[in-house]
This record gives sequence, C-alpha cells and structure tokens, in this order.
Amino acid sequence: MGIGLTQVLFVSVALFFIGVYGFLTRRNMITMLMSIELILNSININFIAFNKYLYADKLDGLFFTVFIITIAAAEAAVAIAIIINLYRNYKSIDIEDADTMKY
Amino acid sequence: MNASTVIFYILAALILGGGILSVTSRKIFRAAIYLLFSLIGIAGLYFYMNYEFIAAVQVIVYVGGIVVLIIFSVFLTHESGKDMKKPAIGRAIFSFLATAFAFALTMSIIKKQEFIPTPNAAIEPSVSNIGTQMLSTTQFGYILPFEVVSMLLLSAMIGCIVIAIKVKPNTEEIIKGHELKVPDEIDEPINASL
Repeated sequence: MGIGLTQVLFVSVALFFIGVYGFLTRRNMITMLMSIELILNSININFIAFNKYLYADKLDGLFFTVFIITIAAAEAAVAIAIIINLYRNYKSIDIEDADTMKY
Repeated sequence: MNASTVIFYILAALILGGGILSVTSRKIFRAAIYLLFSLIGIAGLYFYMNYEFIAAVQVIVYVGGIVVLIIFSVFLTHESGKDMKKPAIGRAIFSFLATAFAFALTMSIIKKQEFIPTPNAAIEPSVSNIGTQMLSTTQFGYILPFEVVSMLLLSAMIGCIVIAIKVKPNTEEIIKGHELKVPDEIDEPINASL
C-alpha cells in the first residue's frame, strides 16, 4: 500500500484539530499563537498534497503555500509585538487579564 | 510496506507527536521546542513529496524565524521554568470532545470522497519553473499577489515597530512638570527686580 492523498490528508486534518484543541484550552497568548501556527501549517500541507496528487500539471497550490507562509510570518511578528506591549502594561500575558476593552 | 511508506509514517509520528506535546506541555519553553520538532517534520514531509523549494522556505521561515521569535518572546515575558496553569477540566474535556468529533466527521467525509487526479502531464516544481510563473505578468502569473504581499510585509514591519516602541514611563508628567516650572522661574526674577 503506497502513500496516497488520504494518508497525507489524515496527517493534515489531525494537525488542524490538534491546533484547534490547543487554541481552545490554552489561556496563554504565546501558546495560543503556537496553536495558530500549527493550524496554518496543516493548511499548507493540504495545499501541497492536493497540488502533488491531484493537480500535478499546475503550481497554484505551491504559490498559495508561499503566500500563507509569508502572511504567517507577518502575523506572528505583529502578534508578538502586541503581546510584548500588553506585558509591559499589565505584567501578564494571560488572555483573561486582557479585558480592558470588554466592558 | 516499503521504505517510502515507513519514512512517511515516521514523519507523520514526528509531526503529530510534536503537535500534541506542543499543545499539552505545561512548560512554555518545552512547548516551543516541541513546536520546532513538529515544524521540522512538516519540512520533511515536503521533502518527501519532492517540493524542495517549499521545504527550504519552511525551514528558513518557520524554524529559523518564527520559532526563534517565539522563544525570544517567551524569555522576554516569562520565567521559563515555571509551570503554566492547568486548563479547567470542563473546558479541556469539551474541547477534546468537540475536536475529536470534528476530526471523525472530516475523516469520514474524506474516506468517502473519490479523488480523481488530472490526466495532464506533471510540471516539475523546480525553482526555475516556480520563479518564472510567480513573476510572470501573463494570465496565470502571480506578480500582483507577490507585490501585494511585499507591501503587506512592509506595513507589518512598520506596525511592529510602532506597537512595540518603548515609551519611557511618566514622560507626560515630566513634560507637565517642566511647563509648570518654567513660569515660576520667570516670575521669580521679576518679583526680585521689583
């Protein structure tokens, strides 16, 4: 039995829901950011797998992956800047403590 | 079961094991290192599928950039040896149930779905092919998203600097204090001369 699309999709879907589980249970902003990175990476695996196994005559999945990686890098940088700024002002990066704009 | 299959399962175990440990570990520094292993496993999966360029980009951007950034931010904000709070038991159970059922549903749909590969000849995902199509201005070129993403990166960089720039504490009070002092200093000599 060779490796087909279904096996790769299994890895990607499992990684996606691991990321969702982490995002729902963690209350620390940096670890939530890590969960988002896992989710984005599972999407990238999906794009590459579909490009390789179904549409090998095109390169579009690869370009989407490149752009997602770029945007993930920008997103991580902005999120970490916001987290460090929050830590300076509130001395905490717990998501429950960041409730200034809630009420 | 040949060598290629074995390699795939080792990579899958590395990716999923790293991911699970990364979201459940209670030491934040260890969580970052497990995330690193998971991302390296994903780069290996790209190598396995013969997409060397994406694998190289994955290693450079994620392993060399984002994880290092996360580790630096952990050092800037935490005592990294300290354990994190345990998640509330009810939230952990219901999150696990929700994700497990969603996973089962998605996998059942994927198992039923029949995927039909394209009959056309495959393109080699070599760097020259990627570069030619990415920077071409013809119908299937990606020059416009490329430029838009470069603008996005520039604005994200400027935004990071603006957000994280350090304002010295009590700067406003010091300025106000000077404004109050200056009239006094002017007033006194006038009184003295009178």
